[in-house]
Amino acid sequence: MNIPVVNLGAILPAIMLSLFGIAIMVAEPFVSDAKKSWLGWLAIAGTIAAMLALAPMSRQAGQWYTNLWIVDSYSIFFHFLFILIAAITILTSMNFLQREGIHHTEYYALLLFATVGMMMMAGSNELIMVFLGLEILSIATYVLAGFRRTDLKSNESAMKYFLLGSFSSAFFLYGVALIFGATGSTNLIVIADSLRSGDPQTSLVSLAAALMLIGLCFKVAVAPFHVWAPDVYEGAPTPVTGFMSVGPKAAGFAVLLRIFMTAFPTLEDRWTSVFWIVAALTMLIGNVIALVQPNIKRMLAYSSIAHAGYIAVAVAAGSEHGVSAVLFYTLAYSVTNLGAFAVVTMLSRSEDKLVNLNDYAGLASKRPGLAAVLSLFMLSLAGVPGTAGFAGKFFIFKAAVQSGLIWLAVIGVITTVVSFYYYLYVIVQMYMRDPNEEFADVRTTGPLKLALAITIAGTLYLGILPTRFLDWTVSAAVNALR
Amino acid sequence: MLELALFYIFGTIAVVSAILVITQHNVVHSAIFLAGTLLSVAGIFLALNAEFLAGVQVIVYVGGILVLFVFVIMLIAVERSTFERQFNRQWKIALITSAILIGELVYVVYQGRDTFVLAEPAVPLVQGAAGNSQQVGMGLYTTYLLPFEIASILLLVAIVGAVVLAKKKTQTE
Amino acid sequence: MEQNVLAGYIPIFLFMGLTLLFPIVTLLAARLIRPQTGGAGKLAPYECGVDPDSDARQRYAIRYYVVAILFVIFDVETVFLFPWAINFNRLALFGLIEMLVFLGILIVGYVWIIKKGALDWA
Repeated sequence: MNIPVVNLGAILPAIMLSLFGIAIMVAEPFVSDAKKSWLGWLAIAGTIAAMLALAPMSRQAGQWYTNLWIVDSYSIFFHFLFILIAAITILTSMNFLQREGIHHTEYYALLLFATVGMMMMAGSNELIMVFLGLEILSIATYVLAGFRRTDLKSNESAMKYFLLGSFSSAFFLYGVALIFGATGSTNLIVIADSLRSGDPQTSLVSLAAALMLIGLCFKVAVAPFHVWAPDVYEGAPTPVTGFMSVGPKAAGFAVLLRIFMTAFPTLEDRWTSVFWIVAALTMLIGNVIALVQPNIKRMLAYSSIAHAGYIAVAVAAGSEHGVSAVLFYTLAYSVTNLGAFAVVTMLSRSEDKLVNLNDYAGLASKRPGLAAVLSLFMLSLAGVPGTAGFAGKFFIFKAAVQSGLIWLAVIGVITTVVSFYYYLYVIVQMYMRDPNEEFADVRTTGPLKLALAITIAGTLYLGILPTRFLDWTVSAAVNALR
Repeated sequence: MLELALFYIFGTIAVVSAILVITQHNVVHSAIFLAGTLLSVAGIFLALNAEFLAGVQVIVYVGGILVLFVFVIMLIAVERSTFERQFNRQWKIALITSAILIGELVYVVYQGRDTFVLAEPAVPLVQGAAGNSQQVGMGLYTTYLLPFEIASILLLVAIVGAVVLAKKKTQTE
Repeated sequence: MEQNVLAGYIPIFLFMGLTLLFPIVTLLAARLIRPQTGGAGKLAPYECGVDPDSDARQRYAIRYYVVAILFVIFDVETVFLFPWAINFNRLALFGLIEMLVFLGILIVGYVWIIKKGALDWA
């Protein structure tokens, strides 16, 4: 018998997060209610440990575990992004959970496990692993969405997400089964080789690729598979909404690119045109419907659909420019959107009071600091120069033009202009309307301040000095396309 | 020959029971016919020499998930739901999608058996392992070591999820 | 060789067919032989004693559901043990460590369930 090589270094970040998640579960029953927030800090320690574990992981470049697991700068970039998302979400959640009276610390464990699932999606070279990661992420997120168990909207959110999510997982799995039938393997590289050499079973392979694409499009909420997103995002607890709008999206695009670049380069012209349509539809639908949303969580939900559309533009563009633009944009969008949700979390009241746009009227005169921070995030989401959002959109449209997708870039720019209306409307409310609310008991606590500091710094840094991260994304893209 | 005969027998039972699952008004009857479908699918697996899969089908689906279904049925008031109007009246959409599906099936049958040629599995069979379960085991515990361990995290998440959502209310809620 | 494996199951299939036939034949035979008398007394749940005053189909508490779903999860866990046990000699120490890690993670879940009181009936 040949024993497979076990290289713990190559999966060290995932091991760290799993260990800390398990530690939180073991400690949970023994910790008194007053000290529950310590377990939140334990989760933060887990994300820090995972960050540190990226260094040994990056020294293990190559394929491991009988070619199921791949370590390259593409997977390391996404590991970094997922850990960052998890850390900011935990920081945002700590006071929220206490305030809402749902301080069950399984929340943190589920969040860490969901992050492990995302890592499995981005780092694997094998469709079965991708499916396992997808399921870990999805099941953890269904539960997180329904975490406010006494709230009907939260229940509705979890239920809808669960039904449509399992439906889409089934689509993905069906695609995996068909591709195994057509090529005899679920390993991405073996699939690509068999498609290149033998006579390609085009009808079966296209069917399989289409089914996988549908499954993943559901997860990243691009049109026409986006209808679940607004209800689910509205009902979920606000920090979870923030997590859902960036985490599964980034992981979904990571897998999508990995599968289609590695396994199906022979079908490239076909999926480029599919993504053309998907991107155009998503940008139009997301941005136009966001215009009329009175609730800020719903508005940000449609905005997140629109942003998935921009990322889809870069996917359609393909090439190393397109791929690096996808990576950069997911990072820029994640940082900005998590920041926006941190502010919304801070301002909201229990049972989702104060999440309507007109509740934000006059915020600037009462809490000028918070208003300025939220304005920064809104400007970055809109894509104003000097912010992360602008740099991200710039690279995406540049990649689109370079790949000859001029019309798609034009649609992108026009819809961006449309989006200015609803992002700036928030700022207008805050600065030019008389206040209805006192905002007296809005407390900026330590963890939230830290979350805001990270997201503000990230938004500005990526906007003003994008080169360092851009170099990283380009090298990751070159790595992944090889 | 035997394989083909068994396929047709089990296939017919599976399809007929599946139709009965969705046409029964009483959900308990539906659950019983579902057991029929699942068992005959296990029979098909067996006819294809996939003994392990057949075993899993019986242990997990019939022995576990079906029992779960019955528990869920007991949670709801069955006799009342029997008389309630069922709101699955989307027959227009159903008709269109079924027509498309039938069209595809007819196309495939018309094209003949060469439409989909299946490739040989790229994973070689383990030397010296007798029987399907041993083959599966060797593959699972050597080649697919990482997914196997990750599956435990998946099961752990499922445990936490089930308990968190169905647990009693705490004082703070 | 493959045909032989399948042929080994023929007695089982025959047995299944017989078990299916048994109730059908018995019921049919009983119907033909038994006297066809009826009446309200025959249909009562108990021919003597107290009549039931509520439906037997009560709604059950959600606790049963938690037990059932946990059963399914640990059922799936057990499924992983079978192919391991068959190959135990071949996998040797490596397989044992592998399985201990797998079970260790799930035992954490089990301990958590107990500590959390999810199986307490009160």
